[in-house]
Amino acid sequence: MSLLLEPSPEQIKEEKIYQEMGLSDQEFERVGTILGRLPNYTETGLFSVMWSEHCSYKSSKSLLKKFPTKGDKVLQGPGEGAGIIDIGDEQAVVFKIESHNSPSAIEPYQGAATGVGGILRDVFSMGARPIALLNSLRFGELDSPRVRYLFEEVVAGIAGYGNCIGVPTVGGEVQFDPCYEKNPLVNAMCVGLIDHKDIKKGQASGVGNTVIYVGPSTGRDGIHGATFSSEALSEASESKRPAVQVGDPYMEKLVMEACLEIVQSDALVGIQDMGAAGLTSSSAEMASKAGFGIEMDLDTVPQRETGMSPYEMMLSESQERMLLVVKKGREHEIKAICDKWGVGFAEIGQVTEEKNLRLLHKGKVVADVPADALAEDAPVYQLPSEEPHYFADNQQQEHYVYEVADAKATLLELLQQPTIASKEWVYDQYDYMVQTNTVVHPGSDAAVVRIRGKNKALAMTTDCNSRYIYLDPETGGKIAVAEAARNIVCSGGAPLGLTDCLNFGSPENPEIYWQLEKSTDGMSVACRELNTPVIGGNVSLYNESGAGAVYPTPVVGMVGLIEDLAHVTTQSFKKAGDAIYVIGEAKPEFGGSELQKLRKGDISGKPPVIDLNEEKERQTQLLEAIQTGLVSSAHDIAEGGFAVAAAESLVGTKLGATLTITGDTAVELFSETQSRFLVSVPAANETTFEKLIPDARKVGNVTEDQSLVITDSTREVILQADVSEVERAWRGAIPCLLK
Amino acid sequence: MVKVQVYVTLKEGVLDPQGSAVKNALHTMDYHEVKSVQTGKFIELEMEQTDNLDARIKEMCEKLLSNPVIEDYTYTIGEVVSK
Amino acid sequence: MKFAVIVFPGSNCDDDMFYAVKEGLNVEVEKVWYSEESVADFDAILLPGGFSYGDYLRTGAIARFAPVMASVMEEAKKGKPVLGVCNGFQILLEAGLLPGAMQRNKNLKFICRPAELIVENNETGFTDKYEKGECISVPIAHGEGSYFCDEKTLSQLQANNQIVFTYRDNVNGSVADIAGITNKEGNVLGMMPHPERAAADVLGSADGLKLFQSILNHWRESNVLTS
Repeated sequence: MSLLLEPSPEQIKEEKIYQEMGLSDQEFERVGTILGRLPNYTETGLFSVMWSEHCSYKSSKSLLKKFPTKGDKVLQGPGEGAGIIDIGDEQAVVFKIESHNSPSAIEPYQGAATGVGGILRDVFSMGARPIALLNSLRFGELDSPRVRYLFEEVVAGIAGYGNCIGVPTVGGEVQFDPCYEKNPLVNAMCVGLIDHKDIKKGQASGVGNTVIYVGPSTGRDGIHGATFSSEALSEASESKRPAVQVGDPYMEKLVMEACLEIVQSDALVGIQDMGAAGLTSSSAEMASKAGFGIEMDLDTVPQRETGMSPYEMMLSESQERMLLVVKKGREHEIKAICDKWGVGFAEIGQVTEEKNLRLLHKGKVVADVPADALAEDAPVYQLPSEEPHYFADNQQQEHYVYEVADAKATLLELLQQPTIASKEWVYDQYDYMVQTNTVVHPGSDAAVVRIRGKNKALAMTTDCNSRYIYLDPETGGKIAVAEAARNIVCSGGAPLGLTDCLNFGSPENPEIYWQLEKSTDGMSVACRELNTPVIGGNVSLYNESGAGAVYPTPVVGMVGLIEDLAHVTTQSFKKAGDAIYVIGEAKPEFGGSELQKLRKGDISGKPPVIDLNEEKERQTQLLEAIQTGLVSSAHDIAEGGFAVAAAESLVGTKLGATLTITGDTAVELFSETQSRFLVSVPAANETTFEKLIPDARKVGNVTEDQSLVITDSTREVILQADVSEVERAWRGAIPCLLK
Repeated sequence: MVKVQVYVTLKEGVLDPQGSAVKNALHTMDYHEVKSVQTGKFIELEMEQTDNLDARIKEMCEKLLSNPVIEDYTYTIGEVVSK
Repeated sequence: MKFAVIVFPGSNCDDDMFYAVKEGLNVEVEKVWYSEESVADFDAILLPGGFSYGDYLRTGAIARFAPVMASVMEEAKKGKPVLGVCNGFQILLEAGLLPGAMQRNKNLKFICRPAELIVENNETGFTDKYEKGECISVPIAHGEGSYFCDEKTLSQLQANNQIVFTYRDNVNGSVADIAGITNKEGNVLGMMPHPERAAADVLGSADGLKLFQSILNHWRESNVLTS
């Protein structure tokens, strides 16, 4: 029925209906050239989703090429569901991060939940069992009721999905800045574990092999908002078309278990998740990657609603669905597994010699387009770039040192800044222990998940200080990668590689494009220097509203290998009497710092500088010290500086610390100079530790009485606080803001 | 065919944290005339008309649709209106 | 001795329970699919945590009717040890093997954290390796763990010494701080905290291991006596 109501190819052209679907005039013309005729409605839909930024990376591809993606241990770089890195013992780690920003801005619970669902599918579609979830969240300030609502619902959505499916949410980060008020960022990362022999790819090869649909039936969920102007067409087509996808973690659990059983079967040829652009992207990409075509009979696609058109079926983003290619004649083996898990199964097509995506509906060909044209050969744009004025202005500013009259009050205020404050309120809602492998819980520098049956573990973290990146994208980009690596090293791990999620405003604005360009430059340099290849990621552009764009936020998700469980290290001080060291000197660097934000209300100036050689050297030395067993605790000195790091190392320990600083109080306590660490070392190891790390300077000791005492070089007390008071401020801040 | 609408509510005296949360929210939104809120579940069944319809429905409610330890149920039976 | 871990669609702590027994006790343990007809061959039955049937309708309400449950109930009546943890406890309540019902946590949020429990009764086949009054650390992870029962039931629980674990800090709003109870006979234990998550020092606590050791000990003693 609905077919009749769709506009004709001529109408699409004349009325420029393709524009509403997101295709430009040139792109539409290019489609015509590829096909040698005008595309019909369904075909226009296929091109519009596949050539969207989300699927094609058309405006970011040229920048992504700068990232180093190879390495001795990289088994799979960008291009598949998720990247893979070897960890020895015939095992590998699979991980990827992905954004779900705009769905979360509209319906925060479902938006966040389906974000988790999608990233899980990316990982288990590679054949890996998901062993951990992380996330990276950005919101406006919590004094706005709308922001509080978004924050609470996003957290609940992540919890609702991850907890139910039984994959622990072990870590992440949450930051608050006014630029995210209208555009919250919700990035979800999944880490999986796989045996080399089980690695599967999303490829549709072998002419005649069967294309199989696994999962719940297809509804009209999430079909991209820009549909044809329904009034002009018919009243019947104005049926309810909910744009928000609803997640069903229970179904995903069953689909996941079924798929993990299926990947063990040699009847399986390829497997891919139906994520963004659902059936269209999965089928076109699988065919294109393998160099074959796919023909599908849409009447055989399981449908939840009546009267669905080919357009709707192909663009639906109904959740928890997978597309498989299975050897001809062995479909029943796959069906038996699906039946056992109570998961939907349908044979919907076959692999063809001719490299086209051909769709049949009610006996007619409704689309016939080259698969490569949809996937690999999508247009690539080189966009104009222009350095914004704010950058030069900020670069000219001299470093400003803040006056700190009352160090204790300043520390307590900083600890109550929601970006620094304890995120217990958040992670208490996440089941971070299921699968019983979580060795280091959320709240330390990186989460640590052991590998069952082996004496080793994986450290994982997400990081990005977008304030630094806004002020100076190139430096900030380097810092994002370096800080992630620092967190891995502090946990006792050697960084293996990273996945990135580039959250930016509109690339069509040359100043935003410049941010994108410079920050990826910085990241690329840091990745090379720190030997952390980029094995995959995601780009989310157009994160802006009337109020402007979000800060450039290229989130780094990094995974490291801890070779021996004995190397696992946390940020908490362990024992009274241990010596406390700081690696690295504080400089007057407050641009983009928490102290600046607190005092000025906004940020300006130059962010801290970073010397990647120095960074690399210190990371290598610290890791060696940890692996040699010299270190009791290690913590990265980040937002809020040394005093905040010391306070964080004390909470929950029932210990205290006496520390001495030399130099300016504000700089020593609160500057955010990079490449610094706060480390505690048993007295017996002091000499060896100092020999190994020349930049380490002893600043005090861990004490038994539960107070934090900081004195200057004349032994005058600058700061004295009960740890309980420090802890109350830090733990209470977020719950208090939410009341 | 009949349409059976089942309402499941908490028994009197059983704490309803969801209900009190909704009540508090309404009060902060200045709906002070709200004196109590009780949350519950609504379940709709389309089923064949049988002789022992009431007995069957009650059995379903007691066995599965509600938990008699903490919940009460009521139901209505209506005609299925064809679309 | 042979343990069964029942797997329902949506169970997600089945592996954790399996490994706690296998690695912690080094005895035989098998996962049993929900559609199996019988668990008669096993000496102890474990109902793991998770979200059986997605927690749809009510937690445990649908799993309670899974085919395997008839046999679980029969073996429970015969006196075999049956342990339900978290969703397993919820299923035991729905099945009527234990009295009471579960409600949403009082703060309406999922809570995951280590919890301190008091061992109220160490004279059961699940707890005889603990001291009475001992404080142990066992994690909780649930959204619906607020135990409810009426006063009459509560006084029966107290009179029969059926309250086995209580929370030191009652975070979910359970009646009488209840974290775990047995049936009158003492062979069926339901508890919201996860002993299988506290079965190794590397995970932060090994306090839960004694619970599994108690089951094993008890079985060994009664088997020596009968043979």
